[in-house]
Amino acid sequence: MRLRRTKLYLPGNNPNMLLRGHLFEPDGVILDLEDAVAMSEKDSARILVRDVLKRGDFGNCEVTVRINGMDTDLWRTDIETVVPCGIDGIRIPKVENPKDMALMDEALSEIESKAGIPAGRTLVFCLLETALGIWKAFDIATASKRIAAICPGGEDLRADLKTTRSENSEELIGPRRMVVLAAHAAGVDALDTVYANITDDAGLRRETEWVKQLGFQGKSVIHPNQIQVIHDVFTPTAKEIEQAKKIVDAAADAASRGLGAVQVDGKMVDKPVVRRAEYTLHRAGLKSGGEKQ
Amino acid sequence: MTVNAAGRNIPDSIPGYGEVNHFQGHDKRTPEGNRYGKKNRASFNSKTDKILPDIRAAISASGLESGMTVSFHHHLRNGDYVVNAVMDACAEMGIKDLVIFPTALFGVHKHLTRHIQSGVIRQIQGSVNGPIGQLASEGGMEVPVVLRSHGGRPRAVTSGDVVIDVAFIAAPTSDRYGNISGAVGKSACGSLGYAHSDAEYAECVVAITDNLVQYPAPNIHIPQYYVDYVVPVESIGDPAGIVSGTTRVTRDPMRLLIARNAAKLIESSQYFRNGISFQTGAGGISLAVAAYVREAMRERGIKGSFGLGGITEFFVDMMKEGLFERLMDVQSFDLAAVKSIGENPNHIEISADWYANPWNAGCAVNMLDTVVLGATEVDRNFNVNVNTEADGALLHGIGGHQDTAAGAQLTIITTPLLRGRIPCAVDSVYTVTTPGEVVDAIVTEFGVAINPKRQDLIDSAREAGDVPLVSMDELIEKAKGLTGNMSPVETDERIIGVVEYRDGTVIDVVRQLKKK
Repeated sequence: MRLRRTKLYLPGNNPNMLLRGHLFEPDGVILDLEDAVAMSEKDSARILVRDVLKRGDFGNCEVTVRINGMDTDLWRTDIETVVPCGIDGIRIPKVENPKDMALMDEALSEIESKAGIPAGRTLVFCLLETALGIWKAFDIATASKRIAAICPGGEDLRADLKTTRSENSEELIGPRRMVVLAAHAAGVDALDTVYANITDDAGLRRETEWVKQLGFQGKSVIHPNQIQVIHDVFTPTAKEIEQAKKIVDAAADAASRGLGAVQVDGKMVDKPVVRRAEYTLHRAGLKSGGEKQ
Repeated sequence: MTVNAAGRNIPDSIPGYGEVNHFQGHDKRTPEGNRYGKKNRASFNSKTDKILPDIRAAISASGLESGMTVSFHHHLRNGDYVVNAVMDACAEMGIKDLVIFPTALFGVHKHLTRHIQSGVIRQIQGSVNGPIGQLASEGGMEVPVVLRSHGGRPRAVTSGDVVIDVAFIAAPTSDRYGNISGAVGKSACGSLGYAHSDAEYAECVVAITDNLVQYPAPNIHIPQYYVDYVVPVESIGDPAGIVSGTTRVTRDPMRLLIARNAAKLIESSQYFRNGISFQTGAGGISLAVAAYVREAMRERGIKGSFGLGGITEFFVDMMKEGLFERLMDVQSFDLAAVKSIGENPNHIEISADWYANPWNAGCAVNMLDTVVLGATEVDRNFNVNVNTEADGALLHGIGGHQDTAAGAQLTIITTPLLRGRIPCAVDSVYTVTTPGEVVDAIVTEFGVAINPKRQDLIDSAREAGDVPLVSMDELIEKAKGLTGNMSPVETDERIIGVVEYRDGTVIDVVRQLKKK
């Protein structure tokens, strides 16, 4: 399992951010060839992103590239350019057809094979930015083994839902719940969309607390100053970590002694509670038993 | 030619400057003899009014002649009207070949260009920011500019290296007998720290004020016994350019990242304890470092002793909160600092001599634990350039850089690794302003390089575990990898700027740019 609390978008035409984005220590970076880049700059941005990828200097970040949509004629050139650089994954915008994921899987396999990259290394992150995409979320999430996460859209989705942004994004409550449900049913991560107001830290914190409660594992980020707020929300408190360690240790102890039942502080603990405790340690950057990941 | 202790090849004599005392190391040159003393004067009760009708009358009364040296302070910053007005009057009166000796010049002083070109001004001894620096760099001045630090300047005055014939002191408030205050008046600027040595040592002192008050003036910063004449004028400056409004901490993520790295280094050091003293500038990164340090002081219950230097609202608030006992203020940057220095006895005005002069019985920078400074370039030997830009043009003064770096126990230089496509970490800086021997760490967004001679800091940073340590070599290689090698600046042999170290030795020179 990989921590994906924050994925920072880096405009593909901005060398300053492409070279420095990882320094803000998000869990992942998204080098963006899509919305951040004007149509007239697509070629130059692709070359720039390729050259930055070749440097391979991204710290511990999971490196993904948002390619142009599969409804354009750019996506093949995009993946042919960036996948041979050995990235961790691609982020595909406006996914709404599970069959496209099979097509993408095939295309990626071919490129990986030619480039000598281990088959299946390149993961896929799907942006569900239309009503149809949200509706088909589970089918999309299960369409390829490469799918690592599904993510609801923001503005595009609102437009497709024929609504507008409200203060608390009530219009996205349903789609977010559907994405969480589909993601966990499919065994992939649910990653939330960006919070657009980059100067409203309090609003960002409220929204992050809410999506965490819904079951998201992280959020996309459009400004480095948002990273710390989101990490704060997704990182367990010292008390939560302590309790989780107790539970995980007790479970390990019970297993080693061949006992089915786990007791912590004199109380019986169910398996789901142990799983949640393991997840708490994961979010804290700790493996079971408290070692650093 | 002599290779000095900073590795620079410097002529033994420079036309328009004279014999060179070569830089030998930051604490090697010590003074001989006595301090300079100005001529005695007497006044009796037959003279109870020093007022003259205008600046021209004061110039006449002062005995100012062609070839003399006149001084100014820069507390009115970019709002100052006085320097331009005095030079205009000198030009009208046919006075020429003046040496002007300001504590600093700003963009508003671009007006002086005409007086340089017409020969009213022969030389500038002081920082030359912006357009005048560009003019000098391109060979527009006959005699080299002499740059001194905030401590080096009062050293030059008190030692007699520079004799000020007439000091024109912009006075936000004065009474008719020359008691001057910076704290009150429509052009209030707070501390008048940089003007003190000029008032004390100049052969003649003229106060120019736009707030003439009944004797005695309130909140007296410069007392009457130094001041020869008082000139009331309608306005000495534009308040909007004198002080800024509220000083806000930057939200620029790159600056915040550099500031966070600097704060981590400070927090990991032995100096982060009760009684810490601290100086930062008012720039984006510096203020953000202060914000992070303030947060850490709150969290760890640390109370500091004093904040030093140019004072901002941020430091005033830290004192109000109990995070500093006192502020020692040589220059008040914003409205809150101006108000505080007028009201709070723990907010103390200090002179530049007190602040940073290496040739007295002990200046304030010697008591400083930590200072956070900027740079245009840093190099493999931790030398710092703050004077010239990548194109070789002389664009910035030294400020208190050399002084605080030499005085503080922990001197931190914050700089982005690149500005645009220009590397800020290089093999060898174009101009050495502050020698690497007094610099302890370079902090960039790509990591923190600690001077290898400070193994104690390296150890404490490693122990803390959250300081992203890198070597200086790694930073330079990283910068080169991103930008490639820069083409060298093309210059003529002619020297247009002399950079003095705070002890009056020459640490580096700036040469005229080749015409493109």
